[in-house]
Amino acid sequence: MTTGVPVSSSSSVDRLRWAIVDGCTIAQRDLAHWARQPARIVVSLLFPVMLVLMFGYLLGGGMAVPDGGNYREFLLPGMFALAMVFGVEMTFTAVSTDAARGVSDRFRSMPIARSAVVVGRAAADMLESAVGLTVMVACGLAVGWGWHRGIGRAVLAVALLLLLRFAVGWLGIYLGLASTGPDTLAAVQILVWPLAFLSNAFAEPDTMPVWLGAVVEWNPLSSTVAAARELFGNPDWGGDSWVAQHAVPMAVGWPLLLLAVFVPLSACRAHPSR
Amino acid sequence: MSSTDVAVLTAGLRKRYGETVALGGIDLTVPTGTVCGLLGPNGAGKTTVVRVLATLLRYDGGRAEVAGFDVARQAGQVRRRIGLVGQHAAVDEILSGRQNLVMFGRLYHLGMAVARCRADELLDRFGLADTGGTPVKQYSGGMRRRLDLAAGLILSPPVLFLDEPTTGLDPRGRNEVWAAIRALAVGGTTVLLTTQYLDEADQLAGQVCVLDRGRVIADGSPDQLKSRLGGDRIDVVVRPQADLPAAATVVSRAAGGAEAEVDPDNRRISAPVCDRVRALTEVARALADAGIDAEDIALRRPTLDEVFLHLTAERAAEAGEAKQEVTV
Repeated sequence: MTTGVPVSSSSSVDRLRWAIVDGCTIAQRDLAHWARQPARIVVSLLFPVMLVLMFGYLLGGGMAVPDGGNYREFLLPGMFALAMVFGVEMTFTAVSTDAARGVSDRFRSMPIARSAVVVGRAAADMLESAVGLTVMVACGLAVGWGWHRGIGRAVLAVALLLLLRFAVGWLGIYLGLASTGPDTLAAVQILVWPLAFLSNAFAEPDTMPVWLGAVVEWNPLSSTVAAARELFGNPDWGGDSWVAQHAVPMAVGWPLLLLAVFVPLSACRAHPSR
Repeated sequence: MSSTDVAVLTAGLRKRYGETVALGGIDLTVPTGTVCGLLGPNGAGKTTVVRVLATLLRYDGGRAEVAGFDVARQAGQVRRRIGLVGQHAAVDEILSGRQNLVMFGRLYHLGMAVARCRADELLDRFGLADTGGTPVKQYSGGMRRRLDLAAGLILSPPVLFLDEPTTGLDPRGRNEVWAAIRALAVGGTTVLLTTQYLDEADQLAGQVCVLDRGRVIADGSPDQLKSRLGGDRIDVVVRPQADLPAAATVVSRAAGGAEAEVDPDNRRISAPVCDRVRALTEVARALADAGIDAEDIALRRPTLDEVFLHLTAERAAEAGEAKQEVTV
């Protein structure tokens, strides 16, 4: 019996400090998973690379690109954004597994910062997604994609992509907490795949039936893709609608809206008893 | 405030889910340093009691205190003094046993060096020192449970909640976990454990509360509970089914006079006994004298089913009497 009851931290500065420390501890747990499962990491990094190669070369020849540009120049921003959205599945699986195994209950019965578990989760996911995005960018450069409006705008585009990942991460956290276990992943995929493919990532909304084009243009993913194309200087069809004309502000607004909805919902779910 | 005579106290504890009453007024007093067993079938409210006491669930009415702190108003204080071991082994499957304990230690705000040291101590104490570096995925059920227990004990909490700690374990794993719980009790930890097995409560707990549909229907030491049922039982299996009626008479007389139950399908006779060893020898001798061929003779504890049916029958009878008094 070497340890006693730790001193209770009362001041708000202390509480904030512990919230950060606890969040880091939880995030470190996920980083330890990487070291324990190198194969899983390699697969999760190669999947988007496979998407790029598959769509870039399989469909690339048959697709008309505005201004006669390279289809891969057009495609890559969409692929970046898709990879961000598919991150929902990773977040969902991690959160629902913890809930089903009782690990979440153990955390909640411990004297740790209430926010730490979900914040740590979000931080670890962001780190993994940043690494994934870096690999995709490298892959893009290798197949002839590039940015043409300066490094500053390119960095801004990357920031918007990560903002989308952050926002859908909270959707994943909420769904994970609300689910009965990781075996309901299929239900989440049914939600995520339409979000991913009913977008402007592959094709021009103007070529679709009017109603479908409208759905696609108002898909949050489309705004991020359009904004990324604009900031990278990659070819885009543009479009006349209001939402297409305001891609960059919408690429900020949509994620903020998702966060405004799912952060409070997740907080309620995480502490149903409080 | 840190030391009190009562480690766990509930008074009139109530909880409902919509129309369903999960807890209908639970009174529970667990003295510091003792082991209390909450016994009952599925749905009796055992887990709900534990979740309320572990600050995971808000209750609707009554009072709940752990280590002298109010569960609702001083949840933070309570969390620093409890360990919780739930029905699942709530540990990270991918990490090693040691990594799990260090992570939980860090979350209890131990420094890295202290957390590592404590992890090694606990691995050693629970016989996991050799497998501390192995991913939990490769652990056996018993090893997982022991790791789970260790994770609940990082701060050496004065109060430990165990929710069905041996469910799903093989006999060997169960013995390992029992040994660990006994060692904790000897060390002065107050333990509140839930179980579906009278045998388990008997092995570990000094005090047992029987729960049914959110109420305590009996309370006492395991011996007191069993004596309400007439103590242990003797089971006799005879070879030819034709011998059953004669054997039932012989067993009943030799075991002390109480009526024996007959299970024709299994050719089994079961009777309550008072003096275990004497009853065994008397029954064996009486059967031999009567020329009845017994296939098996065994002394056993009453099952939870028997205790439970007996207690609910008692309650129904009491309720019947009370009703009659009213009508008279």
